[in-house]
Amino acid sequence: MPPKSEFPLQQLTAARVVVVAGKGGVGKTTVTAVIARAASSSGKRVLVVELDGKPTLAELVPDLEVLAISAPEALDEYLREHGFGRIAKRLNRTGVIDVVGTAAPGIDDIVVLGKIKQLERSGDYDLIVVDGPAAGHAITFLTSAAGLADAVSSGPVRAQADDVLELLHDSERCQVVLVTLPETTPVNEVVETAFALEDDVGVQLGPVVVNGVDLGDPIPDDVAARRAVADLDPATAAVLLDAAAFRRARRVMEAGEIARLAAELPIPKVTLPARSAAGLTSADIAELAQALVADTVEAHP
Amino acid sequence: MTGAGAYDVIDASTVIVCCGSGGVGKTTTAAVMGLEAARRGRRAVVVTIDPARRLADALGLEGGLGSEPQRIELDSGADSTGDGELWAMMLDTAATFDGLVRRHADSDEQIDRILTNSFYRNIAGALSGTQEYMAAETLHQLHGDDRFDLVIVDTPPSRNALDFLEAPGVLARFLDHRLFRLLMLPTRGGLKVLGTATQPILKAIGKVVGSDVLADSVAFFQAFSGMETGFRERADDVVRLIRAPETSFVVVASPRHDTIGEAVWFATQLVDQGVGVPSAIVNRTHPEFGHGTAADAADAAAVARTAGDFDLGVLWDNAAALRTMRDMELDVIAPLADIVGVDRLVVLPLLDGDVHDLDGLMVMAGHLFDHPAVDG
Repeated sequence: MPPKSEFPLQQLTAARVVVVAGKGGVGKTTVTAVIARAASSSGKRVLVVELDGKPTLAELVPDLEVLAISAPEALDEYLREHGFGRIAKRLNRTGVIDVVGTAAPGIDDIVVLGKIKQLERSGDYDLIVVDGPAAGHAITFLTSAAGLADAVSSGPVRAQADDVLELLHDSERCQVVLVTLPETTPVNEVVETAFALEDDVGVQLGPVVVNGVDLGDPIPDDVAARRAVADLDPATAAVLLDAAAFRRARRVMEAGEIARLAAELPIPKVTLPARSAAGLTSADIAELAQALVADTVEAHP
Repeated sequence: MTGAGAYDVIDASTVIVCCGSGGVGKTTTAAVMGLEAARRGRRAVVVTIDPARRLADALGLEGGLGSEPQRIELDSGADSTGDGELWAMMLDTAATFDGLVRRHADSDEQIDRILTNSFYRNIAGALSGTQEYMAAETLHQLHGDDRFDLVIVDTPPSRNALDFLEAPGVLARFLDHRLFRLLMLPTRGGLKVLGTATQPILKAIGKVVGSDVLADSVAFFQAFSGMETGFRERADDVVRLIRAPETSFVVVASPRHDTIGEAVWFATQLVDQGVGVPSAIVNRTHPEFGHGTAADAADAAAVARTAGDFDLGVLWDNAAALRTMRDMELDVIAPLADIVGVDRLVVLPLLDGDVHDLDGLMVMAGHLFDHPAVDG
């Protein structure tokens, strides 16, 4: 599919709801925070939604509105708003909710997506950025609506599933931004996930974010490096040459994976530079977001 | 854990459970341990849960992994004992659950009624904890299989790593559920199923999820009647095996706050519950470049630049950046070392390539077990 715009931030925020998805460890939460921060500083009214109950997001974007949505609360709220208040009470009291969830798998996901749809419809926000569910769950999360619509023929849950499907199929209202790393396995997984989402969900895919790319200054090649360390003692020279070789080899590997991703997945890519692997601060997020707004982030259309 | 400590884990265990957050290299670690165990003469089988075919990739299996154990061809390295074997398989949650139903059912008719019930299919595929429970069940089966003397299992990347310990009890509890009791009234001859119409709560559920879904659930509980005891006993067996002294836990993490936090929490739970102190492996930590500090390197970079030696300045800056990265990572790892003890922790280096074949696993094994990597 053709890019909607050549500017990364515009591409990333091209729909009102952006679901950020990716396997564990690829920096999904970071990307959620960066998109939200960048959109907010370009004047949008932004809501950040998190589903895992992780406190990290609020720390990364301390001045943005962050809403945690949990499935039991969302179900309870939905039932009460739709005239099933007494049922909601009884379901909770008897603990039957587990059985209901099993009887109609995906009901958890549907009420969560339903809540997001409601927030989108409220008109209070220009952009809702959702830090997607835990590893491996993105596809089931987004296919829940289609699955439930097949299994349940009537009732409020069915109505909710239909509304959610409408949201997922409208590229102006919703898109998925997949996050990956420039390494073999994450690239394989993001390609598989992208095709599965297009085929099984029919949801619009935004640019793929390649996170954690080493975009630092060029390292001298082996010949230049050897010349530079010629006057040092052999042990020190070896340390510097090893460190340079390590950095170059990581970059060659990353470049190879980015090229392979480009070949296997014909959608736009946005590259975010590597930050401290140990953990980001809100200052890091602001800096990354600034780059996104200023359009200095590498985009590979 | 030094190289010797890692050997203790694979030599003294009959079961090794690898746990940790997603994306930390759990599957690769399981494969590396299996490979090394095989090189030391064990007949090891590695079970992976991840549907993303990571283990198959790492083992160089083009066609992917099947749900039956598959022998991996190993080139016998120079220092290999020679008679070890490495097997690998993928967890098939639904098929394992079907097997349990077949084992515990009284009749073919009961098997049929359960396996074709759509509520059952949902439980087999979607009940929270089912995947973890079936991983534990598979582990139990392989433990009893004479072909293998070591079972290494890679746990599902669950939000709660303890699910694996607790999952066998989940189904038993589910079958003890109040809804089940609501549906079944004890009678002299056994249990009698109530009509849904007599139960206001059931009518209420039917209104929300649809009456067809409810009818399936009721049919399932009817069909399952009589099998609860067998299921519960089996679950108890599995829990005993997981908690046995010959079962070792290895928590796997990467040097980031979130995955270390999860590993620390899990290790604490294992200790508190009396399961034992786990070993820990932290993958993907920046390697050490020389013994100097990051500040030394940064100073040297400044000196080189002042002397007009631009390339040397860049090289020192690079060393400074890599050392800073490693220092930050070691700080993040420290709490995990405190819990499991330094001698039970191995920090493995970030490699300059990705591990996606047998040779890559050999390199990892070389770092984990402190011996020179063997070629091919």
